[in-house]
Amino acid sequence: MSRVVMNHHNERNAFQVRLAVAILFVLLMFCVLTGRFVWLQVLQHERYLTLAEQNRISLVPIPPSRGIIRDRNGVVLAHNFSAYTLEITPSKVGDLEDTITRLKGIVEITPKDRRRFKKLQEETKDFETLPIRTKLTDEEVARFAAQSYRFPGVEIKARLFRQYPMGESASHLIGYIGRINDRDLKQLDEDGVLPNYRGTDHIGKLGIEQSYEAHLHGQTGFEQVEIDSGGRAVRTLSRTPPQTGKDLTLAVDMKLQQMVEQQFAGRRGSLVAIDPATGGILAMVSQPGFDPNLFVDGIDPQTWTELNTSLDKPLLNRAIRGEYPPGSTFKPFMAIAALELNLPLVHQTISDPGYFVYGGHRFNDSKKGGYGSMNFDRSIPYSSDTYFYQLAVQMGIDNIAKSMAMLDFGVPTGADLPGERPGILPSPEWKKKRFKKPAQQKWYSGETVSIGIGQGYNAFTPMQLAHATATIANRGVVFKPHAVYSMTDPASGKTTLVEPKPVKTLPWKQENIERVIRGMEGVMTVGTGAGVFRNAPYTSAGKTGTAQVFSLKGAKYNANAIKERLRDHSWFIAFAPVDKPKIALAVIVENGGFGAQAAAPIARKVLDYYLTGKLPSDPAVAASGVASKAASEVVEQEGVVPRD
Amino acid sequence: MIRHLWERIKRPVDPWLFLFIMLLFAVSSVVLYSASNRDLERVMDKVTFMGVSLFGMWCIANIKPRILMQLALPGYALGVLLLLAVEFFGITSHGATRWLNIGITRIQPSELMRLALPLMLAWYFHHFESTLNWRHFVGAALIILVPFALILKQPDLGTGLLIASSGFYVLFFAGLSWYFLAFMSVGIGIFAYIVTHWNLCVQVLHEYQCRRIATMLDPMADPLGAGYHIIQGTIAIGSGGAFGKGWLAGTQTHLDFIPERTTDFIFAVYGEEFGLLGNCVLLILYLLVIFRGLMIANSANTLFGRLLAGAIAMNFFTYALVNMGMVSGMLPVVGVPLPLISYGGTSMVSILATFGLLMSIQRDRSLMKG
Repeated sequence: MSRVVMNHHNERNAFQVRLAVAILFVLLMFCVLTGRFVWLQVLQHERYLTLAEQNRISLVPIPPSRGIIRDRNGVVLAHNFSAYTLEITPSKVGDLEDTITRLKGIVEITPKDRRRFKKLQEETKDFETLPIRTKLTDEEVARFAAQSYRFPGVEIKARLFRQYPMGESASHLIGYIGRINDRDLKQLDEDGVLPNYRGTDHIGKLGIEQSYEAHLHGQTGFEQVEIDSGGRAVRTLSRTPPQTGKDLTLAVDMKLQQMVEQQFAGRRGSLVAIDPATGGILAMVSQPGFDPNLFVDGIDPQTWTELNTSLDKPLLNRAIRGEYPPGSTFKPFMAIAALELNLPLVHQTISDPGYFVYGGHRFNDSKKGGYGSMNFDRSIPYSSDTYFYQLAVQMGIDNIAKSMAMLDFGVPTGADLPGERPGILPSPEWKKKRFKKPAQQKWYSGETVSIGIGQGYNAFTPMQLAHATATIANRGVVFKPHAVYSMTDPASGKTTLVEPKPVKTLPWKQENIERVIRGMEGVMTVGTGAGVFRNAPYTSAGKTGTAQVFSLKGAKYNANAIKERLRDHSWFIAFAPVDKPKIALAVIVENGGFGAQAAAPIARKVLDYYLTGKLPSDPAVAASGVASKAASEVVEQEGVVPRD
Repeated sequence: MIRHLWERIKRPVDPWLFLFIMLLFAVSSVVLYSASNRDLERVMDKVTFMGVSLFGMWCIANIKPRILMQLALPGYALGVLLLLAVEFFGITSHGATRWLNIGITRIQPSELMRLALPLMLAWYFHHFESTLNWRHFVGAALIILVPFALILKQPDLGTGLLIASSGFYVLFFAGLSWYFLAFMSVGIGIFAYIVTHWNLCVQVLHEYQCRRIATMLDPMADPLGAGYHIIQGTIAIGSGGAFGKGWLAGTQTHLDFIPERTTDFIFAVYGEEFGLLGNCVLLILYLLVIFRGLMIANSANTLFGRLLAGAIAMNFFTYALVNMGMVSGMLPVVGVPLPLISYGGTSMVSILATFGLLMSIQRDRSLMKG
């Protein structure tokens, strides 16, 4: 670049040259504008005049009706019905308070309606029409119609409403729709689909309603309406009908889902069941739940606060957002990694005194006194902590992290549900990122020991454990878990399947997988799950687990002495039948105690129902009797949690 | 006594500029009455805004340029701080975060920047007048870039470019190299070529921005969305013809076809009802304001005054050009009101504030002479 600075002496002259250039630029640009005006207003005038004359036609958007969600057997989980709403446009109403008070004389408006309306009003702009009352009766409609002249800015509208007939059941899975807010608008604008939402007030906010929004919404149609000089619609000239959104069929079996929900009987927890051969989610339970119908027309602030502040966290989708230490359910996955790495330990028999000393620290086994001796094939059925402590040390934290990542621990499984958490797969790199202080960032080799039995920093979602179990069941062929089985276009009747192909096949030796599965089978026949699965009419493989909530500094674990919310979480993973698995699952009961006590009986009932069609109420299963007897039996086998 | 007071009131006011402003206000009130479907309340609102803005202008016109110079740096710093505050605590509306709640009302800090940036740059060049070299231009570019980047993040590319242009005019009048200007023009040409070609555009801009440009080039591609504004705006202007359909007789206007017709698209109402003749009258009024501003720049006795006045006049021109270009379908739709005509207080207050600066500069010169 040459000198940009002008000579100080000539500054005034130079400035005037600049002024002249500026003036020329202004004149040139205004000439271009004038040219454009001449083009529009003189040369093309006839054309635009005709267009304006014809432009007594207004485009009115017709929102499409949202796709229906059904379970695999056609049971309706979300549908639409038509109802009348009473709506107010705040900007067109003079005195809002007065209007609402006067409306009360005609239709019933509860304080709850008022609160909900107020919340809606704060969230939207004044010129939007907002419902003050929904689902008016025919009588109320007639009463208001006769009086409507007294209420400018208030109108009755016929609208499609979303309804979730199952109520609280599967609420986390299905999700709900709610009014479009500024954040949604921004997203829609960025995705370039905003015009398609003209006339639409609602959008999927959670669950399948959110993740399949693009398919459920449909295509907005429009109507060309002729308008008189007063701006009122006279007649419809043409109509581009809206295209209804796609109907979804879920892989979920609603009967199974509801059966599981009953089994939780007020306890907190989660269950995810997957069809290993396809990745289809057969049931996804998170307890407690909530009623999604509350959210559709805007939830009233009081109910919202109650849901949001409840200790039980009903809004938390535990299945994909609850991160729990996996406890001993982690052992089969550690075992397969050990076989693949061909560690010396898998060929050895070790002595098992009931504890393992490492770095001067004693790590206790939950089996007091140990089993005397232990080898690879017995370690899974009897859930030997001593064995897996040593296995973890021999494998090393880097190998653990690498092998477990292959099973999608530490990353979202990619299930078709929004907001899935990645869990925590600890490694030296993870620690460096997670902690700020240098002393905390260092990985201590003692920490590796507890990882071997699924304690320590480890935390995974029930979805991740169910997914990993399904991967083992499917002999290393990985599918992405998906709740939606297929989508059907109601107009053409064409159905497309979701995710029918496997994502990847893990490079594991088949003999290694079979060896681990034999260990998991042992859990059900002779090991920690044998009591609960006695006389099962099918072959099955599984693993119990206990996740520590409360760290016992040397004290003996006594369930009765500890407050309920500090009690251990009870885990169980399983799949069946062993040779051609039809179902794989992970279940956790929060504060349910050790694995076989609370979680395993639920797993048994799920497998019984899914494989033999027997519901728990059938006398043949006599579920409750089996469960309680089994629980007392296994206390001896997995009664004490490891201390560290 | 009363004469004395009258003298005091009119002393800082530039009569020519005042006359043009009042003529534009007259046009505004007439169009607004029609655009708002004969809503006198809206017109009275606007008149109130006018009064408030005129008072603001008068106050600023009373301040001596020397004091204005001292306000430059703090004003700029405040502007940047407020833009940062928007980034962290701003109100989001229509998918963009542009407003800040300051208890009594919400403000749009980018409007303050429109005043503060030229002021800051004019002071900056004035300050380094004797030692000016190319490094100072690099510094000036940075002064423009900081608020530009912050506004771009809101995201508001349109306003960002307009604010940047107001800074650019200071650089231009301060003597930015012709080579650089030529270089820049070529750059803009290449950019324009890229953004008007979809495949190239998506490489450099957000997809929604490209879509907006594509919609400008072919409005029929999106008749329900952004294209609707452009289609209805051009139909309104074109159907107005040479002499217009007459006041209150625009069908496009009164049948509710023009969106935002009292604010950003008010020019469509004007063009429909007053035709080419009316448009030319408006263009001439705008030209008079711009010329008066540039005259004040020419006769100012300090570099500060010259640069500031020149930039203010050109900034006013840019807003008028961009709005009319957008409504008549020549530029992409960005949220810019028609200067002094559109309904809306913030933009009018800030425009008249800049005119206050012009008058202050003009008065300083006459004081020196007298």
